[in-house]
Amino acid sequence: MKEILVLAEHRMGELRDVTLEMLSKGRELAQALDAQLVAGLLGRDVAVFSETLKKWAHQVLVVDDSKLENFNADAYQKVLGDIIKKRQPGLTMIGHTSFGVDLAPPLATQLGIPLITDCVDIQLKDGAPLATRQVYGGKLISEVSFVGTPCMVTLRQGAFPVEESDLKGKIAAVDSPLTEEITCRKFLQYVEAVVGDVDITQADIIVSVGRGIREEKNMPIVEGLAEAMGGVLACSRPITDSGWLSSDRQVGQSGRTVKPKVYVAVGISGAFQHITGMSGAETIVAINRDPNAPIFSVAHYGIVGDLFQVVPALTEKIAEAKEN
Amino acid sequence: MDIVVCVKQVPLTAEAEVMVDDTGRDIKKERLVFDVNEADNYAVEEALLLTEKFGGTITLVTMGPESADKTIRSLLAKGTHEAVRLTDEHFAQSDAFATAKTLAGALKTIKFDLVLTGCYASDDGYSQVGATLAELLELPHATMVTGLQILDGKAKIERELEGGTHELLEIELPAVLTIQTGINEPRYASILGLRKAMKKPIKVMSLKDLGLTENEVGRAGSKTILERLSVPPKGEGAQILEGAPEEVSTKLAEIFRERGVV
Ligand SMILES: Cc1cc2nc3c(=O)[nH]c(=O)nc-3n(C[C@H](O)[C@H](O)[C@H](O)COP(=O)(O)OP(=O)(O)OC[C@H]3O[C@@H](n4cnc5c(N)ncnc54)[C@H](O)[C@@H]3O)c2cc1C
Ligand SMILES: Nc1ncnc2c1ncn2[C@@H]1O[C@H](COP(=O)(O)O)[C@@H](O)[C@H]1O
Repeated sequence: MKEILVLAEHRMGELRDVTLEMLSKGRELAQALDAQLVAGLLGRDVAVFSETLKKWAHQVLVVDDSKLENFNADAYQKVLGDIIKKRQPGLTMIGHTSFGVDLAPPLATQLGIPLITDCVDIQLKDGAPLATRQVYGGKLISEVSFVGTPCMVTLRQGAFPVEESDLKGKIAAVDSPLTEEITCRKFLQYVEAVVGDVDITQADIIVSVGRGIREEKNMPIVEGLAEAMGGVLACSRPITDSGWLSSDRQVGQSGRTVKPKVYVAVGISGAFQHITGMSGAETIVAINRDPNAPIFSVAHYGIVGDLFQVVPALTEKIAEAKEN
Repeated sequence: MDIVVCVKQVPLTAEAEVMVDDTGRDIKKERLVFDVNEADNYAVEEALLLTEKFGGTITLVTMGPESADKTIRSLLAKGTHEAVRLTDEHFAQSDAFATAKTLAGALKTIKFDLVLTGCYASDDGYSQVGATLAELLELPHATMVTGLQILDGKAKIERELEGGTHELLEIELPAVLTIQTGINEPRYASILGLRKAMKKPIKVMSLKDLGLTENEVGRAGSKTILERLSVPPKGEGAQILEGAPEEVSTKLAEIFRERGVV
């Protein structure tokens, strides 16, 4: 393998974390394979990012085009597809982000190359990449290989640590192959997250409720615990999907990232998309009746039991403890 | 507006113990309950809302075993019109690409204005089939759709990004959209609907009906190979507090008190 290509991801003027995470993993693989690590940077007026990227790559390819100002999978597919056809990188890495899941599948299909999505690790086995993924909500892991190279992966956000790097990569401008605007798909605008009356990102104590609560009429059970603890109520995605709490209360990848002193997860299984938003909490307590729930692997304290019995009892004990 | 919805029957594993079978490449299915993939349920609801507004038919397409009929019927019971099940021993061990290839083969035999899929299957979680299907059908696509409006042959779409941010875009139809959970409120089937659905035919198609060869489907048509499934190594994990609810609550309240939380 001569080359590993990493697609830099940025949005609204900021390089997204997954970019340096991918480059860090990419550098490790490039070293093992004696390959060049190349960062692909597509956008408009993105020179600022190339200064950062060159520390993490042997080369930074910059395609600067007003038609790439906002992410458009069709435009990116054309540009990146041309680069891959020309340079034939053995491995292309894209973030497993909203942006990556929109781009990578059609791109790999167009190129006729294998794609493994949402990888949490990539190892080399006899010189060929072998991907590790999580399946069944994190209850099992799978190892997946590619049928031939070149190949493509999308990497899970937050799964790869950023390693310091001081490469002095060359920056090279590449002409944009886009001759006209893409018409079948048009970006209109971003809609930023709403901030409601309670900002869970600022809370010290969070009681977070998941699908285990079963019905909206049961919500007072967890509200009571939050109140007794002097904390705020947050939730996993199914609760906001059902409209039982507003979206600004949702913790996780598509919700908020919180760092409270205490996070009590009630009836939450611990899917990665949830964990990524709360694993930074100082003390994590999980209440779940499934002893194999993945939440117990990030929690510090666990109670295996029925929340409908445990939460009311806990609420009472905390109220008592406060009185003393 | 004629709509195809691709739906997958998946095991419900949030509360079940998931065990690897003897092949090391699949799970033991005997004790698991199967139902429609969560996101696909929202895709079906979106299709129902659109056909209620614009007329037209909804065709469900699934690749899976005969036992998927139970799930298909529960969706027919909500008022979707037709169903196609793709079943053939050659489809076994399909990766996301081979799955999309097989679905595309079926879709070439159906007339539609819009294709909806879920954005993510809760079993293998590729988030890949829908957008791959779009490329194979040479149609525009948008993934992780959380809002959809149809106006003059175009779709105005809200897509979910990270951290609560969304983007709005416009896309020409026909297109393939992958639907994210929370876009609507899926309805429940009525008893009458369920009774009617028992009588609706489910069309079964096999490899020879799809205009594809053995080498294009299943493991032979896959570009990736699942080598091994395993239970993740137990990390340090939580300190489990043991005892009756009263007892564990006392212990936890004490821990909170020591840490100055309450
Ligand atoms: C692109 C994408 C983005 C996503 N973003 C987010 C996000 O931001 N945040 C998020 O949370 N999810 C997100 N998800 C969804 C995520 O994958 C999971 O589906 C979700 O987190 C599951 O929520 P849950 O744990 O509440 O429900 P489930 O997984 O259904 O778990 C319910 C849990 O409750 C337990 N339980 C049931 N009854 C009881 C009882 N009586 N007592 C005790 N325990 C009980 C069960 O054992 C189970 O562990 C996203 C998914 C995708 C594809
Ligand atoms: N076997 C299948 N039959 C029908 N649709 C499927 C199948 N597998 C995946 N899909 C569709 O593709 C979506 C995304 O799946 P995945 O890419 O595996 O996460 C699902 O939500 C379904 O709508």
